[in-house]
Amino acid sequence: MIILTGNDLASGAVTWWAGSEWSRDVADAVDVGEEADAIAAREEAARRVNVPYAIKAEIGPDGTVRPAHIKDRIRGLGPTVRPDLTLKPGDANAVHEVI
Amino acid sequence: MYRYDHCDQAMVDARVAEFRDQCQRRLDGRLSEDQFKPLRLMNGLYLQLHAYMLRVAIPYGTLSGAQMHILADIADRYDRGYAHFTTRQNVQYNWIRLEDAGDILADLASREMHAIQTSGNCIRNISSDHFAGAAADEVCDPRPYAELLRQWSSFHPEFSYLPRKFKIAVIASPTDRAAMKLHDIGINLVRNNEGELGAAFYVGGGMGRTPMIAPLIREFVPLDQLITYAEACLRVYNRHGRRDNKFKARIKILIHELGADEYRRQVEAEFEHLLAQDIEPPFAELERLREFFGDPGFEDLAEAELDRSDPEFALWADRNTHPHKQPGYVSAIVSLKPVGGIPGDATSAQMRLMADLATQYSFDECRVMHTQNIVLPHVRKADLHALWSRLDEAGLATPNLDQIDDIIACPGLDYCSLANARSIPVAQKISQRFAANGKGDTLGELKLKISGCINACGHHHAGHIGILGVDRKGVENYQLLLGGSEADDTSLAKITGPGFDEDGIVDAVETATDVYLANRADGERFLDTYRRIGMAPFKEALYG
Ligand code: SF4
Repeated sequence: MIILTGNDLASGAVTWWAGSEWSRDVADAVDVGEEADAIAAREEAARRVNVPYAIKAEIGPDGTVRPAHIKDRIRGLGPTVRPDLTLKPGDANAVHEVI
Repeated sequence: MYRYDHCDQAMVDARVAEFRDQCQRRLDGRLSEDQFKPLRLMNGLYLQLHAYMLRVAIPYGTLSGAQMHILADIADRYDRGYAHFTTRQNVQYNWIRLEDAGDILADLASREMHAIQTSGNCIRNISSDHFAGAAADEVCDPRPYAELLRQWSSFHPEFSYLPRKFKIAVIASPTDRAAMKLHDIGINLVRNNEGELGAAFYVGGGMGRTPMIAPLIREFVPLDQLITYAEACLRVYNRHGRRDNKFKARIKILIHELGADEYRRQVEAEFEHLLAQDIEPPFAELERLREFFGDPGFEDLAEAELDRSDPEFALWADRNTHPHKQPGYVSAIVSLKPVGGIPGDATSAQMRLMADLATQYSFDECRVMHTQNIVLPHVRKADLHALWSRLDEAGLATPNLDQIDDIIACPGLDYCSLANARSIPVAQKISQRFAANGKGDTLGELKLKISGCINACGHHHAGHIGILGVDRKGVENYQLLLGGSEADDTSLAKITGPGFDEDGIVDAVETATDVYLANRADGERFLDTYRRIGMAPFKEALYG
């Protein structure tokens, strides 16, 4: 699948296109297929996202969206060396799963 | 320490107002990202993996207690309670909101700081010896000259759009503690046979994709021609540096292609031309700057022996202090490398403590080392135990200066958008491995440096042991390098062979140290043994 990601313009936070709005959680990302460029252009023009780009992803064994490249998986979670600052601070396995 | 005059303050305040307006125009859509990006980079604001990252300049690594305090306040007010000290003596914040950027710059300006020229193709922060003004072996304090260069290079109209970024280091000791020959320009202040001070210019060094050691371009530039000669070096580069290929745009490539002799010839011709233009700042300005860096008020003390009855303190004092030119004083190194910690990171509470200790024990001054530790440069030996106790309580007294766990590590794939692999977890695992097996204490000086990509912010080319993270089909992989040095015996490390995975690289480092221990002669450091026995025994042990 192809998903769309970028950063929130004001906060810089990593965001994922969830179908009708941007989400902080990669689990909400939806397949944009051929629409990636059109959505990216529209959303960037409206300043709802900064520097959006499309990436490959797959649905993992647990049914959640998993970006194909480790860089985007780390973007999705947060720094692996600061589990307390990730999106899942209470999940001891979260870091292991993105590596 | 240098203090801003009204010109410095006005320049910085004007930049705050300008950038605040630019941020607002970006937020309300009057500027596109393409228009805004070069403007934010001129103010040290990057877009990294998780958020905006702000890099703050710390000229020649020197900070007052009040400056360290405001850095801690910024970490709490606008970031997540910590900051990262870098290999160019700067500090970075990882979680900055664009909406806050103007306020942060205003807070910095209130303590005579800024983020100008910490990115972009311009002359970056001038770095220097972290023991400047304290080291027993220096011919003079290099910081007045670094400050003169800072003022010359700030907003220099001709050098704001160079072919590539440009880094200058200034030292004044035979011992190089600033990786001087691995800079675009390395300046070593020296005395000639007549006893006069002058500057040796090494030009065209650097790490990154194509590491090179800077050749000596001129042995002695009189101090009243320092800026003119630097200007000539930059002009020749600005004229001929490759703008068509980013990977060939650094001055090291130009000098490599022209040859050092031809580059020198062109610089000398330009220098002659510039001398006739009389562009050198008045010598009185240099004299004025020197006054800021005088004796801070040292007491006349007898040379005293330390009380070594506490073995933990004695070990720390042996490893984490450096001789001072003034009897009765030492420079103390605050370690930002706890076992298993993140090299160079400090919490806001730790930063406030370092600020207070600098004020209480070190004439209100601290320094950022390019090895990502902090120096309190002027500590009375009589105060050393009290200082150590306070540092120890805060986890800042790991006795590991230049030991295998005093690792330089760049932010790597945990934070950096250019990274191929994570650096920090490798550093953490190595420090934990050597703490657990007890070998760390047997190794002596061993400088280990890790970069998460070929840009080499972690100085892996210059590590006695270097590690470079690479991307092998989407999987992190690590190359091992041996034999580098960024000291006065500068050398570039060589790759051992095929790379390793994350656990494999930790094993490989241990294997390399085992080869050293099995082969070392009396008094040899890891680097000395490597240079004597060569790569072969290490390869044999690593790859069979
Ligand atoms: S070496 Fe590479 S990964 Fe590390 S900080 Fe520099 S650019 Fe980022």
